[in-house]
Amino acid sequence: MSTALPPRTESSTPGRSGLPKQAKIRGEAQVWLTGMGLALALTLAAFLLWVIVSNGLAVFWPKRITEFTVRVGTQTTTIAGELVSRRELLTNEPGKPVVSEVHIFTGNKDVYKNAFRFIDAATIIAESQPLDLIEVERLEYGNAVGYPVALKLRGADKKIESIPAEDSRFPSELNRLISETNDRWDVIKSLEKGKIGANAQKIKRLENERKKIPAGEQGVLDADIAKLKSEYQELAKQAGVLRAKQNEHKLSIRLASGESKDILLGKIVEVFQPNRMGLLSRIGFFFHRMWNFVSDNPREANTEGGIFPAIFGTFAMTLLMSVGVVPIGVLAAIYLREYAKQGPLVRGVRIAVNNLAGVPSIVFGVFGLGFFVYFCGGSIDRLFFGDSLPTPTFGTGGILWSAATLSLMTVPVVIVATEESIASVPRGMKEASLAMGASKWQTIQRIVLPASVPGILTGTILAMARGAGEVAPLMLVGVVKLAPTLPLNTEYPFVHLDQKFMHLGFHIYDLAFQSPDSEAARPAVFATTLFLILLVLVMNLSAILLRERLRKKFKTSAF
Amino acid sequence: MSAITSLPQTAGSVEAMKPEKGYISVKDFDFWYGTHQTLFKVNMEMPEKQVTAFIGPSGCGKSTLLRNIKRMNDLVDGQHHQGDITIGNDTIYHPHLEVTSLRKRVGMVFQKSNPFPKSIYENVVYGLRVAGVNDRATLDAACEHALRSSALWEEVKDRLSASALGLSGGQQQRLCIARAIAVKPEVLLMDEPCSALDPIATGKIEELILELKKEFTVVIVTHNMQQAARVSDLTAFFYLGKLIEFDTTLKIFTNPSLKQTEDYITGRFG
Ligand SMILES: Nc1ncnc2c1ncn2[C@@H]1O[C@H](COP(=O)(O)OP(=O)(O)OP(=O)(O)O)[C@@H](O)[C@H]1O
Ligand SMILES: [Mg+2]
Repeated sequence: MSTALPPRTESSTPGRSGLPKQAKIRGEAQVWLTGMGLALALTLAAFLLWVIVSNGLAVFWPKRITEFTVRVGTQTTTIAGELVSRRELLTNEPGKPVVSEVHIFTGNKDVYKNAFRFIDAATIIAESQPLDLIEVERLEYGNAVGYPVALKLRGADKKIESIPAEDSRFPSELNRLISETNDRWDVIKSLEKGKIGANAQKIKRLENERKKIPAGEQGVLDADIAKLKSEYQELAKQAGVLRAKQNEHKLSIRLASGESKDILLGKIVEVFQPNRMGLLSRIGFFFHRMWNFVSDNPREANTEGGIFPAIFGTFAMTLLMSVGVVPIGVLAAIYLREYAKQGPLVRGVRIAVNNLAGVPSIVFGVFGLGFFVYFCGGSIDRLFFGDSLPTPTFGTGGILWSAATLSLMTVPVVIVATEESIASVPRGMKEASLAMGASKWQTIQRIVLPASVPGILTGTILAMARGAGEVAPLMLVGVVKLAPTLPLNTEYPFVHLDQKFMHLGFHIYDLAFQSPDSEAARPAVFATTLFLILLVLVMNLSAILLRERLRKKFKTSAF
Repeated sequence: MSAITSLPQTAGSVEAMKPEKGYISVKDFDFWYGTHQTLFKVNMEMPEKQVTAFIGPSGCGKSTLLRNIKRMNDLVDGQHHQGDITIGNDTIYHPHLEVTSLRKRVGMVFQKSNPFPKSIYENVVYGLRVAGVNDRATLDAACEHALRSSALWEEVKDRLSASALGLSGGQQQRLCIARAIAVKPEVLLMDEPCSALDPIATGKIEELILELKKEFTVVIVTHNMQQAARVSDLTAFFYLGKLIEFDTTLKIFTNPSLKQTEDYITGRFG
């Protein structure tokens, strides 16, 4: 044996250069191997993140608009748009010259039928970035791009007053009118959703009550219902008047390709001049657009507008899921670790719980649909919401059932993490508590659980991360493309656990694969993904911060 | 009683003698961990308000017997016993006796100090809290009394709300003693309470034991012969699960009846 080892030199001190040379070299090879594994994983993850972050953030950056002059044969046309990419087409014929194309976003979908266009680079004879070009964000048909021509204002006498773009009043008047119409939209929305909605609800409630009382006495309610209905008429008329006002004034623009276009001011979200913006105003605009994306409702099959309902839905569902999964998981772990007699049965249960994590999530969705939605929800409807049947209340997908389904899916994670942390509570500490005359339950409550809180939070973090990104099961138990209201709103009873909701994960899937114009949806896909990741990150970070604070509190001293 | 010869005192003891009927009596006690028998027909009578020391080589069953006095071995899977232990007039295995109430009557200090990751104050009043006492004044008084009795009060009185884990090893052990005596048990069991402590802390705890025996019946396990001689009134020598000799400390250390005991005490085997 000892002959295999290289002879030690006198100077070698054990622990530093005392290692045999061969072992050192072998050790280094292993370092390389393991390091490469890590590097590969990190590179892939970093690449994925980079793609999402760079594409997601680029969405909000105001790009310059370029005007291209294109000659095909003898015909010369101009077209303006944001440059998306320049690319070379692949050819398989060897002698054929390479064709390169310019991909631009032209906007003006209502005029051009398509918001994107490819131009053969060889036909382009001039490119410029005129400062006057404006981009108009609209409620419909996406953005419009063109030169401002005039503001057409309709006066009280139906006469049209025109302010040309050269007029010094034009910019200020345009901005004032746009913010006026935007404010009016808020008023209309609060009127229609708030007052009119509440009114309609009251009428529905009274009519339900009316059905229950005998025919002779219905007169009492009839008067009330009639009053509410006339109130409704009044409110609807108000809203109608406001809506009509939105269509009074127009902005006239001329597209780079020559067409004229009148845009109702009521349809304009904002107007900006990307070619005139300096770096600072560009950065400001970037954050402004990002904020709008986070805080607005989606428009136009979700490809425009914001994702606020989806962020809120994801957050609410994940929170609700955690509220469901943590107690169940912790109780189960306590039973398995503290009460169950450790043996083959418990070991079997543990293996089964671990393997539950390997069940495809869609299977949980099917189970949730069958058990939670149809069975539990159906029973609740029959027992408590008989009035509104056959319209289901809880007997259809909703945020509660989605949270329940995901709780079931993520409960193994919480059980495993909690069990581990319970097992790591020092035996001496538990014994000390029992020795003080505490019962087993008191010991669990006062000693075991507080010391396991960091582990429980770890489990919760993992469960949240898994639950927040899950889409497949949700499609069966309550997620929708567009939900009219949030699950938490000002309408009685304020928390609507039966309601369908929007979810970032599903939103991404829907944008990417279900939207009619996938090219137009592309930026929104990246931006939404970015915010899903950010949401998960924020939720995890807050749980981690909480855990660190608790860790400090329960840190055992080195004795 | 009359059969017992009165002997000269050991350090600090009042009047040590081996009684016929003690406060804690162990009768024909056998104990098994699974199939492994660790105690064989142990019979002993430990007198009230005196200190009894258990000595013997490692693995001979001292801790096992000590833990059995407050039924801490109930927690071990597959254990069983034969025979009986009584404290006062109560049989500890009586079906109507609640194990939690037994454990409240018998305090225990473990070999390795094990304070809870709570404040010093909460550690001391833990036993009272689990017994349902929540009156602040009662808890405060009990806390101060227990800390004074365990000679820790002066050192910690200004930081009762600080974490107990910030105390030194010796302080932690005294805190565990305070925690055990705060509920005013009848018996205090100590399993090698000084094994991890330096001579000064050990000295403090030995003084404390002599003080505590005025109020409590104390049973202590120790590997330190000098310690046994210093603090105990009676000494029991165990070997391989059997009680070999049990007598007054003076007799055991000066004139043991059996050669085996003498060999162990003088360090010729063990
Ligand atoms: N939880 C347990 N399960 C199984 N066997 C045990 C257990 N605890 C102790 N034993 C065994 O019981 C015997 C007596 O152990 P015990 O702890 O009572 O010895 P001891 O006299 O206290 O020794 P020491 O002086 O080293 O603490 C030993 O052989 C030990 O291996
Ligand atoms: Mg021991």
